Amino acid sequence: MTDTDDRVPPAEVHESHLSMGIDPYEKNWMRFSIVLLVLFAGAITIAGFAAGFQLPGPEGRVDPRTLLDTEPWATPGLREIAPGEFEAYVVAQAWSFSPLELVVPVGAEVTIYVSSPDLQHGFKITDTNINLMVVPGQVSKLEYTFDEVGDFPYLCTEYCGQGHAAMYGTVKVVSQADYDALNSDTADSVPADTTGSEG
Amino acid sequence: MTIIDPEVRAANRPSYELTQAERRFIGAHLIVAITALSIGSLFGPLQAFEFSGLDLYQYIEPLFKSYYQGLTLHGVLNALVWTTFFIVGFTNLTTIKGLGRPLSNPKINQVGFWVMVAGLVMTAVPLLANQATVLYTFYPPLKASWAFYLGLTLVVVGSWIEGVGFYLTLHAWRKDNPGVRSPFVALAGVINAAMWQIATLGIAVEILTMLLPWALGWTDATDPQLARTYFWFTGHPLVYFWLLPAYVSWYGMLPKQAGGKLFSDSLARLSFWMFLIVSVPVGFHHQFTDPGVPVVWKWIHAVLTYAVFFPSMLTAFTVIASLEYAARKRGGTGLIGWVRALPWSDPSVTSQLLAGILFMFGGIGGLTNASYNINLVIHNTTWVPGHFHLTVATAVTMSFMGVTYWLVPHLTGKKLWSAKVAVAQAWVWFVGMIIFSNAMHMLGLLGAPRRTPLGEALYVPDEWNGHLLRVSIGGAILLVSLILYVLVIVKTVMGPKVDPAEVPEVPIAESIRHPQLTPVWLDRFKPWLILAAALLVLSYGPQLFDQIVNLDLNSPGPDFRPW
Repeated sequence: MTDTDDRVPPAEVHESHLSMGIDPYEKNWMRFSIVLLVLFAGAITIAGFAAGFQLPGPEGRVDPRTLLDTEPWATPGLREIAPGEFEAYVVAQAWSFSPLELVVPVGAEVTIYVSSPDLQHGFKITDTNINLMVVPGQVSKLEYTFDEVGDFPYLCTEYCGQGHAAMYGTVKVVSQADYDALNSDTADSVPADTTGSEG
Repeated sequence: MTIIDPEVRAANRPSYELTQAERRFIGAHLIVAITALSIGSLFGPLQAFEFSGLDLYQYIEPLFKSYYQGLTLHGVLNALVWTTFFIVGFTNLTTIKGLGRPLSNPKINQVGFWVMVAGLVMTAVPLLANQATVLYTFYPPLKASWAFYLGLTLVVVGSWIEGVGFYLTLHAWRKDNPGVRSPFVALAGVINAAMWQIATLGIAVEILTMLLPWALGWTDATDPQLARTYFWFTGHPLVYFWLLPAYVSWYGMLPKQAGGKLFSDSLARLSFWMFLIVSVPVGFHHQFTDPGVPVVWKWIHAVLTYAVFFPSMLTAFTVIASLEYAARKRGGTGLIGWVRALPWSDPSVTSQLLAGILFMFGGIGGLTNASYNINLVIHNTTWVPGHFHLTVATAVTMSFMGVTYWLVPHLTGKKLWSAKVAVAQAWVWFVGMIIFSNAMHMLGLLGAPRRTPLGEALYVPDEWNGHLLRVSIGGAILLVSLILYVLVIVKTVMGPKVDPAEVPEVPIAESIRHPQLTPVWLDRFKPWLILAAALLVLSYGPQLFDQIVNLDLNSPGPDFRPW
């Protein structure tokens, strides 16, 4: 950078003298910044709308005051809606999740719905892209395919009072064989078969 | 045709000594600000120690009931009180010294200040009584005492009133100085005040139409989704309200302190105008994981957030170029070797330089947060407080601390007590924050939730332990720095008056190019305010309209106090 200290203004300044006076280096920096930011914007656009990375959006509203008496929230849990396709209803409530455990076979495509009857909560499944705000009156929804066997804890990530740090559950992804064995043992108590009772 | 005659030159570089009343008035803001910082920051280490299992809250139980009460006090005192009182006080200074004239209506500013103080007291009572342990985002249906909401409203209203005082003063100066470009530091301070007035409409509406009537028992329930939308209308520009006064110092003062000049007057102005128009329409990037906001609006705000990154890129260039100019004048050489020629023995300069260095990382992390779907990885994890401890708790706080290193002596007519200790304080903060913030970011990537006493959480895997310990170590180092800061300030204030020649002046940098050569459109409020309003209507109007017409006050919250 040159020493520009001697740029004393002329005694008279005409309109034509007025300019931004941008240094050439800075002009290039501005061009670089714009290109960078446009690239970033392009990247998130492609990721969001072409590559299928989803964010939650409006899924209809619920009444938090009667949520726990309304199906399917009255009987939260996992349901197989088609072979390999599941939906999971999770109630976040001070200070626990219901259910505390979701057992799915590896490869399961799970649509997760979460709502709250009381306060705002968070729902984040560790090591996945499932990260939701849980807002009373709203239903938070995201889809995820569990391709790996293992335990994936879901944690409450929004302050909800004294018991907040105790609020967590686990997605257990098991092999298809283990899942089938487990399922045949408990076929009579699949949540979808129960009706009406308190969650 | 504009003529740069000696009179105009004088108007650009006014000499005006603060009166005793003005010193006291600005000092009163600083007393509240620094007291809030000192108390609020004490809770930070308590949280940091908790992460590795050392729960000191049990020993202060009679006074403070929980980790969360401490966290609420930490957030409110540091992020809201320290910043707001410092900023309003500092803007008094930049208005008066920048324009070289007293406030046009000092009574307005006095009223504003006392409304802020009344609001602070009203907020403090329920906070200390554990009646408002709702954290500084106060998301309903967490229900605080009505006094908390009313107090916060008064703090904001008081800052609006002072903002009117600044605006009228600039207006009066312009009438006296037709055709002269408004001095940069004064203009920039007023732009920040205007941005703040637009931005805080969100929480004003949230509190007055929803939270306060509910807390008073006039209504039964809230609409938490709409409340979040109102909150983040204010919540993101809030960070620019904190940041812009630091930028005023970086652009308009630091070059002078370093022995140089402002590299580009016109781009400094342009970046402030850009902040006025794009600070606000970005709030949905805090709500990417919200269920009640359509994805397309989230995407629009994500893109607009990239737009607001542009003036920060401008700032990076102009500030570094100004510093390089100063350093080369001081004999610095080399591609980056010139950095060593900066006056590192000046604690005010060192503090602000270190603030700027960590801010680069804060900015990169901020881009990550704003990046739509990448946000899913880190939303509501410790990454986020890790991020804003680089921004508000370092870039902003260290800059403000650096300003106080000349401002407190200037106002009190004293000499800074031990520049060496003050320089050390800045470095200790820098090191402590690197350790703390890095560990928080790492924990966030591993999925650790924010706002959570991880020392007592049952789900913490072993792989988090090393990072949790580093959070505690960083917190301990930051506590040492805080103590040094308070020591320097208290010893300075208690010290003897010195010869006026030894008292630091208000450093106002000249620009390399005369400001009269800057185009007129960079000195006019009207076009930028119109642009700001238009962009606001386009980016928020449809969604706000939709959420308001679908308002459903159906969330009463739990029937017990959750904390």
